[in-house]
Amino acid sequence: MSSHDTHAHSGHDHHELSWLRKYVFSIDHKMIGIQYGLTSLCFLFFGFTLVMLMRWQLAFPGKELPIIGKLLGEAAFPGGVMAPEFYNQLGAMHGTIMVFLGIVPLAVGAFGNYLLPLQIGAGDMAFPKLNMMSYWVFFMGGVTMLLSFLMPGGAAQSGWTSYPPLSDIAPAGQTVWLLGMVFLITSSLLGSVNFIVTAIQLRVKGMSFFRMPIFTWCQLVTAFLLLLAFPPLEAASVLQLMDRVAGTSFFMPTGLVISGEQSHFAGGGNPLLWQHLFWFLAHPEVYVLILPAVGIVAEVLTTNTRKPLYGYNTLVYSVIFLGFMSFVVWAHHMFMTGMGTTLSSFFQATTMIISIPSVIIVTTFLLTLWGASIRFNVPMLFALAFLPMFAIGGLTGLPLGLTASDIYLHDTYYVIGHFHYVVAPGTLFAMFAGIYHWYPKLSGRKMSEFWGKVHFWGSFVCMNGIFMPMLFVGMAGVSRRLYDMSLYAHAKAVFPLNIVMSVSAWSLACFQIPFILNLFISWRKGQKVGDNPWDCTTLEWATPTPPPHGNFTHPVEVHRGPYEYAGDEAEFVPQNV
Amino acid sequence: MDELIPYIYKPHPVTGITNGKFGTWLFLASEVMLFGALFSAYIMLRVGSESWPHGYQELHVAWAALNTVVLIFSSVTIVMAWVSLKLNKFTNFRIYMGLTLLCSLAFLAVKSVEYMDKFHHQHYPWTSNFFGIYFTLTGLHAIHIIGGIVVNAYLMGPGAKLWKTNPEQFTGRIECAGLYWHFVDLVWIFLFPTIYLL
Amino acid sequence: MSASAEEVKKHVKTYWGVFGALLVLTAVTVAVGYKHLPIHWAIIVCLVIALTKGTLVGGYFMHLFGEKKIILWCLALTVFFFFLVLLLPVIVVQEDAVTGPMWSPAPAGSAPVEAPAHE
Repeated sequence: MSSHDTHAHSGHDHHELSWLRKYVFSIDHKMIGIQYGLTSLCFLFFGFTLVMLMRWQLAFPGKELPIIGKLLGEAAFPGGVMAPEFYNQLGAMHGTIMVFLGIVPLAVGAFGNYLLPLQIGAGDMAFPKLNMMSYWVFFMGGVTMLLSFLMPGGAAQSGWTSYPPLSDIAPAGQTVWLLGMVFLITSSLLGSVNFIVTAIQLRVKGMSFFRMPIFTWCQLVTAFLLLLAFPPLEAASVLQLMDRVAGTSFFMPTGLVISGEQSHFAGGGNPLLWQHLFWFLAHPEVYVLILPAVGIVAEVLTTNTRKPLYGYNTLVYSVIFLGFMSFVVWAHHMFMTGMGTTLSSFFQATTMIISIPSVIIVTTFLLTLWGASIRFNVPMLFALAFLPMFAIGGLTGLPLGLTASDIYLHDTYYVIGHFHYVVAPGTLFAMFAGIYHWYPKLSGRKMSEFWGKVHFWGSFVCMNGIFMPMLFVGMAGVSRRLYDMSLYAHAKAVFPLNIVMSVSAWSLACFQIPFILNLFISWRKGQKVGDNPWDCTTLEWATPTPPPHGNFTHPVEVHRGPYEYAGDEAEFVPQNV
Repeated sequence: MDELIPYIYKPHPVTGITNGKFGTWLFLASEVMLFGALFSAYIMLRVGSESWPHGYQELHVAWAALNTVVLIFSSVTIVMAWVSLKLNKFTNFRIYMGLTLLCSLAFLAVKSVEYMDKFHHQHYPWTSNFFGIYFTLTGLHAIHIIGGIVVNAYLMGPGAKLWKTNPEQFTGRIECAGLYWHFVDLVWIFLFPTIYLL
Repeated sequence: MSASAEEVKKHVKTYWGVFGALLVLTAVTVAVGYKHLPIHWAIIVCLVIALTKGTLVGGYFMHLFGEKKIILWCLALTVFFFFLVLLLPVIVVQEDAVTGPMWSPAPAGSAPVEAPAHE
């Protein structure tokens, strides 16, 4: 709708745009993608910082945190020791920031925005102004979330899941959290409408659905998940806002006693209602986190094995099926809520079914590697590491999907270990692979291979150092949100593992320093490369570097599938040839 | 490349629709899920409650019925506004769009009178879950009405300049605004019996 | 729907006809509402009327009758998930869909169901 003035200046050069229109309020999908990328990387680092603080309390409970403890003030660190309330805030905000402000905007906002139009040969997104709005609404949501730390009583502290009734009676930070969520959901909604319309309407001549790169397929399915799964959380957020602001009791049961006093709520509400609406979003959300990663890994793997992707069609159908099934499994997060056995069995069955397409995806990737002469560059290392890490994450999920074993493992560190394996060394490694892989398209230069390898090996060892012990701690029966684990007899044996995890977490932070420096220094100093340094076949490499406004200088037409590699180093046929 | 983004006002040859219309429908799809979740909450709270009043005991059916008629009428006028553009009668478009806006304002007026009456009788969102859900659902619907008024007023006022330069695109925009407006009407068609009559 | 001017003219009559039908249905649903039927009948009647009205608005005003396939597919998907989010939580919260008492919880104070003697 918004584009008569967009293409008014498409004929001219984009240099006419003022600095503000070009870099800040840009409607060019590439600039918006970069904005999303930088913002989300900052949020990722911030979220990681929160957890590094938590890891101090977990490894050395009750010990004074030197220097930083003093800096953060008496409210959060009375006498230099972390307050339990502050610990809860850190936990809740770490989860929220990592999921909604880190991974999703990086995977969808940054990679999707930058690459999807390029890969289908479009000049821009279907609604460029909406795209800009989506970023700025996201940005406002992020700022709102950060501001919640300044509220009296601190930020949200009821976990990233915000279960009522606790969240209903939590301090004001929770209200700000809900407002932030409304912003973030609105932003995802605007983004997803844009992605779907772009992927379906703006494909260039010859780009049939089954010639679309896997990355684009994954983004398309992800966009549908965002479109249809997020609104229930918006509804739930509105209801919880009403509970907190207008005094309704949608989530407050009758006769609730808070700190020894009868609550002032009218009662009659249902705390489980929140859990249903929350997980109706949050399970598809898991696939929002993983599908773009699958897409990136597919691109990187096939490029660096120099082979066509094994089972392209199977992979596409698996991704679609995965997206569809992700809507029907949510109550496996709620086996402990007293659901009837029939429905538990139903959700257990759907959960087992959804592991089938996941296994197919990993299998096609493994078969792509079979017999290939693999180029072990940095993006490929990250993509290769994704496979076992994602597999560990997936397989540790099976005992959680089965009701019998879930009763024991529910809400323990095992759960934390499981989903972090999926998201941190899984999705995040794929994101790193993507950054190293597409960086030359953005800048015309490669990132340093040496420092990339340092980043990779360091991160790989540290990630496992953090999350593998968590599985053991969880199997010892230690609950996930404990402020001081050392107080519990059953945690005594596994408590020392906390020191391993904390040291690994802090070392992981150190290994991100070469990445951050590499990211910025290579922009000016990296090794110069041509338009298609990795010899790729997909359309984004057929543009000049960096792609100008409007992306393609010549009209493109697609003549073949996305991955026509001939097994040899130099033999490949781009889609547009 | 002659234009940066194709199919803004010409339909795509395969899908047969413009970007804007497709986008609007996708947006409505997500709205369906939003209201689906809210209706789900309503059912769950009602089924789980010990006692739940019938809507007609606590609320004024007559006002809501009047509002239903007003909204239905506005749905016809906005579709007629689109028809007028299709028939190239811009004056008629103005009249019908004006009627639509009047209806939406009338709807809000009746709604506010109703709210005032409830407050007068000491019925607030925190009185009971019945009133909680009543205020939440009708309030959220009213926000959608306000959104519609903003869009429609823009398209009738400053947005109508587009008619002179690109009538096809403008007609498309009116169709999209109409789709949204019909959806708001549709939500009310379900809200009215569930809240007021049952 | 990109219809020509002549087709559009034909539609005008339909639109006003639909308007009439919607008014009649509103009157019917209000009239039935005043009858204060037993709740399950009231739900059925109200929902049937609302669905009819919804179909009329969707089908004629929003042109869903004869709409392009891509839109219908997207909506079909949405409707599926809509019913999922609408009904599943309710079913899950109710005791147990098959084995437990579902829609008729025992009235407060009534005697518990006698367990079969097992000896």
